[in-house]
Amino acid sequence: MKIEITDDNFAEEVLKSSVPILVDFWAPWCGPCRAMNPIIEALADEMDASQIKIGAMNVDESGETAQKFGIMSIPTFIIFKDGQEVERIGGSLEKDALKAKMLKHVA
Amino acid sequence: MSHNLIIIGSGPAGWTAAIYAARAELKPLLFEGSEPGGQLITTTDVENFPGFPEGVLGPELMEKCKTQAKRFGTEIISEVVDSVDFSTRPFKVTAKGETYEANSIIISTGASARRLGLESEKKLYGKGVSACATCDGFFFKGKNVIVVGGGDSAMEESGFLTKFASKVTIVHRRDAFRASKIMQERVLANPKIDVIWNSDVIDILGVEDGKVTGVRLKDMVTGEEREMPIDGVFAAIGHDPNTKMFQGKLEMDERGYLVTNPDSTATKIPGVFAAGDVQDSKYRQAITAAGTGCMAALEAERFLSEV
Repeated sequence: MKIEITDDNFAEEVLKSSVPILVDFWAPWCGPCRAMNPIIEALADEMDASQIKIGAMNVDESGETAQKFGIMSIPTFIIFKDGQEVERIGGSLEKDALKAKMLKHVA
Repeated sequence: MSHNLIIIGSGPAGWTAAIYAARAELKPLLFEGSEPGGQLITTTDVENFPGFPEGVLGPELMEKCKTQAKRFGTEIISEVVDSVDFSTRPFKVTAKGETYEANSIIISTGASARRLGLESEKKLYGKGVSACATCDGFFFKGKNVIVVGGGDSAMEESGFLTKFASKVTIVHRRDAFRASKIMQERVLANPKIDVIWNSDVIDILGVEDGKVTGVRLKDMVTGEEREMPIDGVFAAIGHDPNTKMFQGKLEMDERGYLVTNPDSTATKIPGVFAAGDVQDSKYRQAITAAGTGCMAALEAERFLSEV
C-alpha cells in the first residue's frame, strides 16, 4: 500500500522507517508524474512492504521537504535506507526499471 | 496468436486510431511507449483543440482519449516496443522480450523534444536544467530562468514560467521568432519576459556546484561570447521524430520522418501505416495527429478486409 508522505510525517515514516522506502516526489499539475502514478500504485501493491515501502509526497502541499532535498525537477524518486538517501532517480522510467532499482536496496 | 492491429504510441494519433479501430471491432493492441500520452503530457492549456472552449489540460485530454479507447475494447500494454519485423506478415513487434504478431500496424510514435546536446546539460539535468516547464516551473519561484527557442513551445513555456520566475529570458538564434503571431504578441507584451536575439547557448555553467549558475552565450552575428548568471535552463528547440527502430525498414526523409503515400497514411509496406508527428513535420498539431490517426485506422480496416 502506498503511504502518503507529508512534511509532518516525513521523519516518522521515512527517516525512522525500519525498512528502505522509496519516496515519489510528485505534483498534480505534472503530467509525467501523473503518468507514473499507476506504476507507483502497482508496485506498492505487488512489493512486500515488510522489505521495502513506497511513499508519495505531493510537493505542492509539502514543499519544505522537497526544498530540503534540493528537488528542482519532478517526478523524482528517492530511496531512503536507515534515514539516509541511498539513491535518487530523476524523471519517468518503466515499471521494471524502477522495481529493479528498489530491489537493489532490499537486504 | 495473431492480432488484427497493433498501434505503437499513445499520443493523439495513437489514441484516435485506437478509438476508430476498436469501434470497428478490430480489438487493437496499443503500446504506450516511453512517454505515455506523448508531447501533450508536458504542455499545459491546449487552447486550440475544438470542443474545449475554455481550453483543456494536455494530460487531461490524453487521459480522456485513453478512457475512450478503452471503452471500446482497446487492449493497452504499458511497455516500450524494442524492435519490429515487417519483413513478413503477420508483422512482429517485440517488447520486453515478448513478441506480438499482427496483420497490420499503425506507427504513431510521435516526436520527442530535442535537447541542446551539451555535456553540461546532461550533468545538470534536474539541477536547474529541465525538460518540462510545466513540471518544474514551480521550483523556480522568484528565480531567473532562460528559455531557448523561438517557436510556439518556447513562447508557451516562457509565458507559463512567468507565473513562478521573477524573470524569463528567451534566447533565440535568429532575429525573429517562428512562433504564431498570437503567441509572439503575448510574449513580447509580457513585462517579465526579455529576449536575447541572435544568440546561442554554448555551455551551461555550474557543474562543479551541482546546480545551474549561468550560461555561456554566443552572439551569432559578432561571434562574441559572454556569460550570463541564471538559475534555470529550459530548452524548446524543436522535436525529432521517434523513428530509430524503423531505420532500414521504412522509407524516411532526411530528417527521419516516415514517408507516407500522398493523401494517405500508408507506408511502402502494405499493412504498415504511420500517423501523427512521426510522419508530419509540417503541421504537428494535436488535431492533425488525431486526424491522421483516424485515417490510419480506416486504412488499416480496409486493408484487413482485403487480405
